Amino acid sequence: MAESKAMEVRKEEMLPEQSERTRETRCFIPRSDVYETADEIVVVMDIPGVEQDQIDISLEKNILTINAYCDPQGPDGYSLAFAEYEVGDYERSFRLSDQIDRDKIQAEYKNGVLRLILPKAAEARKRKIEVKVK
Amino acid sequence: MYRRYSPLSIWREMDRLQREMDRLFDEFAPRRLRTAPGFPAMNVWADEESVIVTAELPGLDSKDIQLDVLDGTLTLRGERKPDELPEGARFHRQERGYGKFARTLELPFKVDVDKVKATFKNGVLQVTLPRAAEDRPKKIAIKVA
Repeated sequence: MAESKAMEVRKEEMLPEQSERTRETRCFIPRSDVYETADEIVVVMDIPGVEQDQIDISLEKNILTINAYCDPQGPDGYSLAFAEYEVGDYERSFRLSDQIDRDKIQAEYKNGVLRLILPKAAEARKRKIEVKVK
Repeated sequence: MYRRYSPLSIWREMDRLQREMDRLFDEFAPRRLRTAPGFPAMNVWADEESVIVTAELPGLDSKDIQLDVLDGTLTLRGERKPDELPEGARFHRQERGYGKFARTLELPFKVDVDKVKATFKNGVLQVTLPRAAEDRPKKIAIKVA
């Protein structure tokens, strides 16, 4: 069956950083797409299993951080017989290069995919400099 | 007993040792993560009368997922479609994959096909497969003589 190479199965686990996590669950780096159009930057992220109200998005200076918390509890009364993937929290940060209009950031969550639309600030859009060829 | 090894049989012996070690580790930690042979990775939960199969399928819609149950096998098929990008969009990073997938899982027992239930929530598929009544073990009461 046709299967793209990028559709890898294993999730990447976060490497330990300087600051420690207080929760005991595992933490994964969600697979993400980032693309840019003339007016906005769009971040698309796979965070399956997370409830909508368990997503934290913050933008500090130009660092965008997404935290998503997932309850690793399995179905009640069942024991895990066979495991190929693990469930845990997600965390990822991006450094944004362009000025973002903070008040107009939009987030959508559907079927385990988070989509962030970060509109560029008007002055950043204007900052394009034309080079004239003499 | 003393055995003489030719260089070739030493390698064979090391292979055997490797297998033996793998088997031992498997016995001590059966919950060790296995590498999924395909997409999506699946977890199987079991109790006495049913199994629950879960899989992470972010970005799919419930109507994009096709499930087939036949006696003791579960087949999962689907396709994850790429995003429709606006014109002039430029990727900074592309890590999410897309494409068609299919996986068949062999179940430990015959399934009551009419009672199979499936839910899809937040990108996680959960299929509950009850064991067929005729396939359930018969409980035998022990009488006190």
